[in-house]
Amino acid sequence: MTRMIRTKAAAIALAVAGVFAAAQDAAAQSNEIFIPVLVYRTGAYAPNGVPWADGFVDYLKLVNERDGGANGVRIAYEECETGYATDRGVECYERLKSRKAVAVNPLSTGITYALTDKVPQDKITMFTTGYGRADSVDGSVFAWNFPLLGTYWDAADMLVQHVKKKGSLKGKKIALVYHDSPYGKEPIKLLEERAKLEGFQLLLLPVTHPGVEQKATWLQIRQQRPDYVFLWGWGVMNSTSIKEAIAVSYPRLQMFGVWWSSAEPDVTPAEDAAKGYNGIALGHSAEKDMPVHKDMIKFLYDKGKGTAASKNEVGSVLYNRGMISAMLTIEAIKSAQGKYGKRVVTGEEVRWGAEHLNLDAPKIKALGFGDIVQPLKPSCRDHAGVHRGRVHTWDGKQWSYTSDWLEADKKVEQPLIEASAKAYAAEKKITPRDCSKES
Amino acid sequence: MIYRETGQFKTSYASDQQLFPILQDRVFVVGFLAFAFVAVPLLASEYLFLAILIPFLILALAAIGLNILVGYCGQVSLGTGAFMAIGAYSAYNLAVRLPDLNLLLVFLLAGVLATIVGIVFGIPSLRIKGFYLAVATLAAQFFVDWLFARIKWFTNDSSSGSVSAPPLTLFGYTIQTPVEQYLFVLAVVCVFALVARNLTRGAIGRSWMAIRDMDVAAEVIGIRPMRAKLSAFAVSSFFVGVAGALWAFIRLGSWEPLAFDVNRSFQLLFMVIIGGLGSILGSFLGAAFIVVLPLVLNQLPTWLGIPLSTAMISHLEFMLFGALIVFFLIVEPHGLARLWAIGKEKLRMWPFPH
Repeated sequence: MTRMIRTKAAAIALAVAGVFAAAQDAAAQSNEIFIPVLVYRTGAYAPNGVPWADGFVDYLKLVNERDGGANGVRIAYEECETGYATDRGVECYERLKSRKAVAVNPLSTGITYALTDKVPQDKITMFTTGYGRADSVDGSVFAWNFPLLGTYWDAADMLVQHVKKKGSLKGKKIALVYHDSPYGKEPIKLLEERAKLEGFQLLLLPVTHPGVEQKATWLQIRQQRPDYVFLWGWGVMNSTSIKEAIAVSYPRLQMFGVWWSSAEPDVTPAEDAAKGYNGIALGHSAEKDMPVHKDMIKFLYDKGKGTAASKNEVGSVLYNRGMISAMLTIEAIKSAQGKYGKRVVTGEEVRWGAEHLNLDAPKIKALGFGDIVQPLKPSCRDHAGVHRGRVHTWDGKQWSYTSDWLEADKKVEQPLIEASAKAYAAEKKITPRDCSKES
Repeated sequence: MIYRETGQFKTSYASDQQLFPILQDRVFVVGFLAFAFVAVPLLASEYLFLAILIPFLILALAAIGLNILVGYCGQVSLGTGAFMAIGAYSAYNLAVRLPDLNLLLVFLLAGVLATIVGIVFGIPSLRIKGFYLAVATLAAQFFVDWLFARIKWFTNDSSSGSVSAPPLTLFGYTIQTPVEQYLFVLAVVCVFALVARNLTRGAIGRSWMAIRDMDVAAEVIGIRPMRAKLSAFAVSSFFVGVAGALWAFIRLGSWEPLAFDVNRSFQLLFMVIIGGLGSILGSFLGAAFIVVLPLVLNQLPTWLGIPLSTAMISHLEFMLFGALIVFFLIVEPHGLARLWAIGKEKLRMWPFPH
């Protein structure tokens, strides 16, 4: 018995020692730029989380393999599993930030909300490419948040504009089927505003996490027969929604997903029946033949260094998005290096780099991204840089574009952004920066 | 040999009734508190404070609250997450709408509001028991989830339903660094643990335990079940409400109702069961087990330098964590606190066991 106690005591001591050891985490090597990678490869959101994570990590690997790093400075990274849970995400952030992290991509609007208070103190730039807080476009209040390429308000606005082209929305009904989390609730404010302007009726239909139980929601849709359904789902919720739509025979042509609800994992479970389902694309769809994809195959997959299980994943919608998120992070680092010198930059310098990023079409082409990233130029007043997208449609086998470029209407969004950012500043007692004085 | 009370004579009632009657226990507790208040702030890193110690302390406080209800009074509750949510959102609304209110007062008032709601949802306990009561308290969980997700007034019309705590200002001083947050939480938890310990030793605690052990017999000897049960719900909800406010303001900073969903209720119930029902120490041990162990398991492969994929590490974490829960419940069904008590008994005999 005594021995047993001794073993137990030893086990406890070991555990305690382990915790302290973690605290004194291996000091980051000073000649590398460290980027924490918050991912989810398990749980209800894994089907969508995995390709994004693979794309993100592959691009970091590619920069190291092909270019020898960002302007010659190697990129170090470490993955941490969040499971799309906010508390685990914050823990991951705390775990990895001690290694002199310069930028973080949380890949969850909930985690973005939680980290928004923390990044200014830790001086870490937060990139939320195509997600996050819509009001963080206002860089005077949200100095450290960069919702590059567009926010949910942009997505909702573009979708309304798109369906408006098919005929006036007056007296029509639009249903928003949304994931009941900060992510899904984000577009409501803008859609309410648009409903007032256009005179359509907005039905709000929340789906609770993880979203596999939607019978009641779709029964309501069957009763109400909305003219359009906007889908703001994530993970298994998306494919469930599409299957339920088929079950109540709601026409897929009238369904529009946000860019997180229109990727391969969402439509393939429903197979051919998903045909005609639409989504707003964040500038890119499932392009596979850009020069950057060829580099991925050449430098990583042909050498067995790729992250994805199969090279068929390269070029899928979410893989591309992960890759683009990583590219924008790297470009912000390079932009910082342009001012501060080609060395290991700090989080503060990366923030400057992101705010002064200037990616025009030739530059994007030179990076191998063709036209799947729109030219963007963030500034203190506009941390997104660009607010454009186009609609793509699933034809049963692949995605293809079915609209011209759309652009979110500044006149509708700007007052909402300003009001919301102002309320946040008041709540947090932040004095907004004066953007006219920022060089 | 060292841990032996021989020769410690009690010469007054006061000395016989004190919190820790054995000298060695007193020395240990004082030493441990000194370690927690002085040594830890000097030694620990930011990660340790923010990701481990602060969550551990706050959830331990909630577990103490739940333990009063489940462990001491025998009323099974699955609504703990709801009472935490009441505490969190009350504190948020008080702080945002009455910005001049002292932060301590905000937390205490949040506890009071949780108490009121707790008493309301405790009323069914007068008629129903055991599993049936657990299901009735589940109603509190779903009602509160719905309330804060759907009624915009509670979230100050936030567009995403996510709210964000204002800065923590106490007597003109802003609590900002992890060390300050840790010390604040530690002080609150120490005071509450002391209160809980004394309540459970006193008349009110004895009436709870009498109800737990056999309510008919308790009624016969003159304990009023309504008073005992509702007071247990009240005290428990107060503790849980304060813990909820701390969790929201200090641990999360910004949160949505999902942070207090039914999984949180289960998590706290498991803490109490694994730690030890009817034990204050057990609440701490259970909280440590549930909060710290998954994080250790998650990082162990990295420390040992074993290259594993992120997904594999997560799967392993779940499997090992589950296996350890089963292991500890088989080794000691009465919880970790009982293991500690057995350890102390052994230590008395050491080094000459019979």
